[in-house]
Amino acid sequence: MNAPHHDPDYNFAYLDEQTKRMIRRAILKGIAVPGYQVPFASREMPMPYGWGTGGVQVTAACLVPEDRLKVIDQGADDTTNAVSIRRFFQRTAGVAATEKTTEASVIQTRHRIPETPLTEGQILVYQVPIPEPLRFLEPRESETRRMHALADYGLMHVKLYEDIARHGAIATAYAYPVEVEGRYVMDPSPIPKFDNPKLGDNPAIQLFGAGREQRIYALPPYTAVRSLDFEDYPFDPSKADHDCDLCGASGSYLDEVITDDQGSRMFVCSDTDYCETRRDAGHRGRFSPPEVQA
Amino acid sequence: MKDMQPHTPAHAPDGPLLRVEGLSKHYGARIGCADVSFDLWPGEVLGIVGESGSGKSTLLSCLAGHLTPDAGQVIFETRGGPRDTVQMAEPERRLLGRTDWAFVHQNPRDGLRMGVSAGGNVGERLMAVGARNYGAIRETATDWLGRVEIDAARIDDRPRQFSGGMQQRLQIARNLVTGPRLVFMDEPTGGLDVSVQARLLDLLRGLVRDMGLAVIIVTHDLAVARLLAHRLMVMKDGRVIEHGLTDQVLDDPQAAYTQLLVSSVLQV
Repeated sequence: MNAPHHDPDYNFAYLDEQTKRMIRRAILKGIAVPGYQVPFASREMPMPYGWGTGGVQVTAACLVPEDRLKVIDQGADDTTNAVSIRRFFQRTAGVAATEKTTEASVIQTRHRIPETPLTEGQILVYQVPIPEPLRFLEPRESETRRMHALADYGLMHVKLYEDIARHGAIATAYAYPVEVEGRYVMDPSPIPKFDNPKLGDNPAIQLFGAGREQRIYALPPYTAVRSLDFEDYPFDPSKADHDCDLCGASGSYLDEVITDDQGSRMFVCSDTDYCETRRDAGHRGRFSPPEVQA
Repeated sequence: MKDMQPHTPAHAPDGPLLRVEGLSKHYGARIGCADVSFDLWPGEVLGIVGESGSGKSTLLSCLAGHLTPDAGQVIFETRGGPRDTVQMAEPERRLLGRTDWAFVHQNPRDGLRMGVSAGGNVGERLMAVGARNYGAIRETATDWLGRVEIDAARIDDRPRQFSGGMQQRLQIARNLVTGPRLVFMDEPTGGLDVSVQARLLDLLRGLVRDMGLAVIIVTHDLAVARLLAHRLMVMKDGRVIEHGLTDQVLDDPQAAYTQLLVSSVLQV
């Protein structure tokens, strides 16, 4: 899996050094002001918008040759998006790749936070489609910027109010808005709200890159992050009411998989590395093949 | 939330609530409004009348902080003492705009969020000033819908499904829910048919009296001015040409233009 050298036709990690400096400056500013969306001069990347162009640029700016990269897409290491981004950096940066959360120094993710707790020194890079949490309530960029500047966030609660009025509960299940360090309201990218509690007080550096929208924001280690809610309708990080059918885990976020057209289904961990690690350690779920006694 | 209204000014200011001095706004070489001065006392309703283009709406926008005037002062008796709102920092003015002040637009579409339910519209100002209890917000919203004669069963309907009169009443509820002390109204009855207008005026008169609101109401409808306003300012070409008690101005107009304005009203 390890490619020791990168393709000499490319600069290290694809982007030229000046671009990486520009992105690093934006990242540093983002870390200095947690939750604030820093504009940056997003570049064209050799992939379509919506495939993680923002995350890829942030990863490129962070990578050093000694890094060990993990890329996940909805928790999985083996889906198209994850595989192609991993190969991209193996070729253009020549860095080592891994599927193990514990071994990775940089993790680029699309819409999940790994189940295995992150540690100090790790960098988690999120791909963000729409960085502006107020966008669907207030279409004017000039106005949303002013609302952030003045911390005028009443509108965010109007959205939650509408959820409860219409559905009886806060129905927002992903991209659940959070308040960072008591100041900026931030879109945590479309992670399930199950992952929201892991945003706060996390030892790793969390960086968010939106390529099309040209914004970078960040959560430095051990940042206070609070999911918005009402006193009488508190935040609830919900998940499917099952255990993983492969590894038996009860506390992980699950994907529902339809197995036939008779309505049969199974629930499996969305974090493939977590599931595999547990299975290797001997955990068994409902659909696990019977143990083969040697 | 309940304790927020009806609001009775606890500190009982002995001066005017709003003091305007030499307010001017120019659009390039043209005059928006020029050298307007007046005092507004707590609980008083001031009407501003004049034909289209006479600077009424410009004046109102300058007073409410939507436009920055070129010259002059707008001194408001805030809960912490008199402050010039023109010099005020934006966050303070915004806070004022959702606590002590209210603005009722002519077109309810400008003042309402059309994609948000009636309850959400009323609750927005509460949530903007920090209300975080869904039950309490909803209860206050229900209460206010009742006060403006909207059936509580329609709390989850969008304003889009409301008639024009109901939309306007909803806008009034949304504005008054935080118990403001000063309300700006820009042609609140414009575009409504006469029977709906009459009902709305009735409602407004009741609310103004019950809550002791000070109101600045811009209208070109002299009947509305007669019904609601205690005092009247007549504007023409951006300047105030006559100023006095409503009955005095309407029954015994002094300026030539006011005489023309009063005589232009059709008598039915």
